[in-house]
Amino acid sequence: MSTTTVMLCGVGGQGTILAADLLAKVAAASGLEVKLSEVHGMSQRGGSVDTVVKFGDEVFSPVTDPGMVDHLVAFEIIEAVRRVHYVKPEGRLLVNPRAIQPLPVLTGDAAVPHGLQAVLADEGAIFIDADILACQAGSPKSANVVLMGALSTGLPFSEDTWREVIARRVPPKTVDANMAAFALGRQACERGSCEL
Amino acid sequence: MTRILLSGNEAIAQGAWEAGAAVGVGYPGTPSTETLERFCKLQDVYAEWAPNEKVALEVAAGVSLAGKRVLVTMKHVGLNVAADPLFTLAYTGVRGGLVILVADDPGMHSSQNEQDSRNYAAFARVPMLEPSDSAEALEFTREAFELSERFDTPVFVRSTVRVSHAKSLVKTGARVEQAEPSAYRSNPAKWVMMPAMAKVRRAVLDERITEMTAFADTSELNREEIRDISLGIVCAGVNYEHVREALPDASVLKLGMAFPLPAQRLRAFSANVDRLVVVEEADDYLARSIRSLGIDVSPFAVPRAGELSPGAIRRAAGLPEPETREADDSLPPRPPLMCPGCPHRPVFDAFRKQRVVVTGDIGCYTLGALKPLAAMDTCVDMGASIGMAHGVEIAGGVGERPVVAVIGDSTFAHSGITGLVNSVYNGSTGTIVILDNRITAMTGHQGNPINGITLQNRPSRELDLAGLVRAIGVERVRVVDPHDLAAVDEVLREETAAEELSVIIFRAPCALLVREKGDPYAVDEDACTKCGVCVKLGCPAIGRDEATRKAFIDVSVCVGCGQCVQVCRYDAIVHTGPACDLGGAS
Repeated sequence: MSTTTVMLCGVGGQGTILAADLLAKVAAASGLEVKLSEVHGMSQRGGSVDTVVKFGDEVFSPVTDPGMVDHLVAFEIIEAVRRVHYVKPEGRLLVNPRAIQPLPVLTGDAAVPHGLQAVLADEGAIFIDADILACQAGSPKSANVVLMGALSTGLPFSEDTWREVIARRVPPKTVDANMAAFALGRQACERGSCEL
Repeated sequence: MTRILLSGNEAIAQGAWEAGAAVGVGYPGTPSTETLERFCKLQDVYAEWAPNEKVALEVAAGVSLAGKRVLVTMKHVGLNVAADPLFTLAYTGVRGGLVILVADDPGMHSSQNEQDSRNYAAFARVPMLEPSDSAEALEFTREAFELSERFDTPVFVRSTVRVSHAKSLVKTGARVEQAEPSAYRSNPAKWVMMPAMAKVRRAVLDERITEMTAFADTSELNREEIRDISLGIVCAGVNYEHVREALPDASVLKLGMAFPLPAQRLRAFSANVDRLVVVEEADDYLARSIRSLGIDVSPFAVPRAGELSPGAIRRAAGLPEPETREADDSLPPRPPLMCPGCPHRPVFDAFRKQRVVVTGDIGCYTLGALKPLAAMDTCVDMGASIGMAHGVEIAGGVGERPVVAVIGDSTFAHSGITGLVNSVYNGSTGTIVILDNRITAMTGHQGNPINGITLQNRPSRELDLAGLVRAIGVERVRVVDPHDLAAVDEVLREETAAEELSVIIFRAPCALLVREKGDPYAVDEDACTKCGVCVKLGCPAIGRDEATRKAFIDVSVCVGCGQCVQVCRYDAIVHTGPACDLGGAS
């Protein structure tokens, strides 16, 4: 298959790196070449972060450019808007509508433009209430796995492979919650819901 | 054989282990850190963090002298610190293979500059291999150990952030145990670099580089890929991957050795293609070096600074831009910030309130330079804070405002101690703040000599920081809990007013080390007067309501540290119940 590019974005500490690792392992377990690129260090302290996963029969560069992303998975709504221009015109946007205010907004030095959700809806975004679904699944920390469940509906990998990789990668005590989170993410996306 | 997903750093660790490296030593620094963290967990190895990169390389030189293979790891700016032993180890050569990982940070994701370590390889005349992905990172590291012993030289493996922190599939192999070294015999002609011996070794070095250039001309580390000959691209590292994606038809000379360069093959490649260009990021090391061989390098307009990507290469080649959605540039920035409960925050709050001039240093606390704390005047290199504060003082100061040097525990052990010796020796009367958060935090929580936690959990001891400072000759030494805001304010006022040199140690563990979170706080809206004092702490849990201008606390972010309670003059910040889950759902 030709190369597919997935970008995961959010706020440092939200679990984008673990989610990207799951996706990369699923692609590898499905017999594809895969590359993943992330940034550690200073930006991880609550800054704006993204991780790129590319897979296919042949993958060269681990990074991507505006207009080249097939699937954007945003863990936070402001970060979704910040990277919309990376998504191909025909690409898919999955957005957790949660907003985490950046410090300049909290301190009153900057403002978040109004209507971000409408902007994203116009771009065809599917909203996945990942934090709420994660709580329903039994672990607020499983929001990243909810989003992988949602993403999985648009990728050519078997559900069993996802489940095996997740079971191996998450802490043993949280396997059940993460399986539930994955299923809830899939369902939310299959409904194609833009409920908000 | 199955392949596993490894980062470049993990693959370098694996390669060193497979090559039979007995020892790994380094100092943490993004993007190099995970290499030793992986290596230390592999079988039959010894690994340790050193206080700084110079010591790490010197320890490695000792391991090599004893006949064992050794891996040394550091980031690009760490190589500045290790440069002193490096240049002379190029003369002595090695006994056991000595491989140095230097990880560069084009794009400055987590660094203070964008220097290109390939220049060090040419400057010190130490061979350098440059892998482009994790599979090569493993293979080249193994090869580096072979070359180190074959040519009797330290060898660099150079990575960049997109090699170190990119993951791809890797075939791992078994470890090849190295034979016990032969009996040790002193060899001063090789290892004692005083002038008479060094002059001889200088000639050995010259001869070695001639031999290694011939090796580069035949080695499979360098590779020609002839396709369309209208454009020939010379590139290395991750830029090779970008080039293959952006211009799949172009001919490529992929350099796996950044130094020495394969002069004959470069000439032959240049003769084979109509137009030769170089693709490299953040520096023009390759283009300069190739031009110096008398080879024509055509202009190719990739950006001079920062990282490259396939898109930048497509643009430089004049290819059309892909269709894109509109970018929104009206969004507020999201800079990194100090965590909720961070013990550094009250110290910077006091700096800001007391209008102190702060010579800063490198660590999480460098974030104190950002608004709303905005209380740091300089950040240059590891340990600079103390020397710069002394320099400001002997220049007569900067007006009435007191000057304070601020440095973290690990940074103090790395390069701050000699600065303090200087301040004492030369009669400084300034104030030095050591932020002892019990860990090397920014790079992801490594042990250091101050906390006495070692890489493989071998027994060690905490360093008595106050005792060390006193032993150096500082008589005013204060140890204060930074979570007590009144005490922070008072000690800073007293010590900046004092007529003699003083050191304040603010000691409290990194917020990420504190497992037990306190109950979160909430704002009593009736009591809040919208004064904004709590918001100025810059805590990510505290904001101002857009409509009412009153403060609010996000209970899902608050860790209950209570710093904000201490700054509120209206008792408007109060305890609420235990933390509930996000979104109110359960």
